[in-house]
Amino acid sequence: MAKIKIDLEKCKGCGLCILYCPKGHIKQSKALNKKGAYPVEIIEGEACSGCSFCAIICPDVCITVYR
Amino acid sequence: MSNFASCLRQLAKLDMVNPMSKKILMCGNEALAEAAIIAGCRFYAGYPITPQNEIPAYMSRRMPEAGGIFIQSESELAAINMVFGASLTGTRAMTSSSSPGISLKQEGISYIAACELPAVIVNIMRGGPGLGNIAPSQSDYFQAVKGGGHGDYHQIVIAPASVQEMADFTMLSFDLADKYRMPVMILGDGILGQMMEPVEFKAETKPAIKKDWILDGCKGRKPRIIKSLFLKETALEGLNLKLQKRYKEIKDSEQRCEVLYGDDSDIMLVAYGTTSRISRSAVEALRKKGKKIGMIRPITLWPFPEEALKKLAKSVKSFLVVEMSCGQMIEDVKLAIDCAMPVHFYGRTGGEIPAEDEIIKKIESING
Amino acid sequence: MDKIFEKPESMKDAETHYCQGCGHGIVHRLICEVVDELGIRENLIGIAPVGCAVLAYDYWNFDVTEAAHGRVPAVATGIKRSLPDRIVFGYQGDGDLGAIGTAEIIHAANRGENIVIIFVNNMVYGMTGGQMAPTTLLKQKTATTSSGRNQKMHGFPLKVCELLSVLPGVSYAERVAADSPQHIIKAKKAIKKAFENQINGLGFSIVEVLSPCPTYLGLSPQDAVKWVGEELTKEYPLKVFKDIK
Repeated sequence: MAKIKIDLEKCKGCGLCILYCPKGHIKQSKALNKKGAYPVEIIEGEACSGCSFCAIICPDVCITVYR
Repeated sequence: MSNFASCLRQLAKLDMVNPMSKKILMCGNEALAEAAIIAGCRFYAGYPITPQNEIPAYMSRRMPEAGGIFIQSESELAAINMVFGASLTGTRAMTSSSSPGISLKQEGISYIAACELPAVIVNIMRGGPGLGNIAPSQSDYFQAVKGGGHGDYHQIVIAPASVQEMADFTMLSFDLADKYRMPVMILGDGILGQMMEPVEFKAETKPAIKKDWILDGCKGRKPRIIKSLFLKETALEGLNLKLQKRYKEIKDSEQRCEVLYGDDSDIMLVAYGTTSRISRSAVEALRKKGKKIGMIRPITLWPFPEEALKKLAKSVKSFLVVEMSCGQMIEDVKLAIDCAMPVHFYGRTGGEIPAEDEIIKKIESING
Repeated sequence: MDKIFEKPESMKDAETHYCQGCGHGIVHRLICEVVDELGIRENLIGIAPVGCAVLAYDYWNFDVTEAAHGRVPAVATGIKRSLPDRIVFGYQGDGDLGAIGTAEIIHAANRGENIVIIFVNNMVYGMTGGQMAPTTLLKQKTATTSSGRNQKMHGFPLKVCELLSVLPGVSYAERVAADSPQHIIKAKKAIKKAFENQINGLGFSIVEVLSPCPTYLGLSPQDAVKWVGEELTKEYPLKVFKDIK
């Protein structure tokens, strides 16, 4: 059991987490955040392995990982 | 054995003298370096350049004995930035150089001023511009008193005129630097650095100023930042106004000068450092002949002793500024007295030194 | 469930000014993670450079100063020599370290100053608008090499780790990259080792981090990290250049 939490307001939407998520668990949001970026969001229903790759590559420390 | 420290230690070991009350024959550069140690300077970084080489050489021997740090840096730029680093830890720090090297240090001095760090910078001036020569000069006056580096800042500038003052004013410089958290420049020249005179060292008496702004790890307190970048215009203006307020306080309370025959002189010479010594001889020679000649010797070049000059301007008929330059301090004399009377100039440059008889001739031409 | 990854304590809870996909944020965080793991936050003084990372002090939750352009190693020397029991590190970019501050880095390294330098090499001057850096690749287009870097006009890309590792004062020099989770895990190990070296009094350590600058590479963040991993590492191989221990 694992999950991630994304700080949507801090996210600049670079999408590096999407590139490296081995489970394809993350996607770009269609809604802008307050800073005008399209943040990333979790694809509901997909299983997270808690590998933390998304958090490790995130340049903006937006992702917290739980396992 | 020219090593003063070793001599002192030897004498102290024998219990023969109080090492703090003995006159010793030393050159100005070494006296300045020893005074820095006595003042608690524990960090020195510098790069060799004539005519100040005795300072790094002395520091290289003396600093390790005093438990301090000596670094021969790769450049003057590195030296002033090492001083920046040492100073922000609360360490009393100094660097020294001569004119071309001081030009290189200007970047760091501006940052030190902006970060409100205390530091002592010694300029044993030589002839310029460019590589110039290694003979004594006073042609860095503008650079020293008008800022030198970029931005709206000042440094306190102190001009010794003897080996004793090289020592005394060095100790004063560290106190002023700590008190006002700003760079202080000791502005000497090749003669003051090289010549030997008896000097007596005084023990540091002032208690150390508590520095509650230093970076030494944030244990038990909030992290601190020491920086000079203020992207918001209001923030940078705020810093500048704060500095200006401090500069005004310094102008009000730290002007220093020596006045010779201020009560009855018709012509007042204005000279600092080495030229003040020659001017003093000229004044005394003319006094013996009954001429009403005096001298004001600025000790602080910034803040310039405007008050004393203003006072003198009420009684004297004219001023004669004597410099080893083409005329730099003369501008501050004119400003101080608001151009209320003639201000004459006599200067030699390029390493030439005004002779006593040349100055007397100039005075006589004013009189005539 | 336990938190297994979160913002390190040594990092302030602030949004950085960096562009989307910029590697600086990753390197900032790695330093903070190492600082937390080694428990040195309260015994630490960091030095921010001039360049894109000039505001690093806004993101680090420990004592920080900021040096003039290129002078980080000189400032670090002054601090470390004055407070030898504190941990001192400098953060420098490619222009800061490889161009304007070449004298300072070479001599601090050669003196074997017991400091850590984190060198973020992104091949371009970001803060001033994408001009050529000393490390810009041949043929790479920048604001001042509009038809690509040409060695006749601009010289060759500067190899900092290669250059420094020959100096006897250097105890550790490694080049890592911030382009993928695998490389970032390695980068963190290198940064940790550099700090441990300082704690153990081993002398000068430098970790060069190849870092993406999507904005001035003219690539998307995803393509920029791919370029760093696939192209840049050909010119700048990832390896330990020196390790005396």
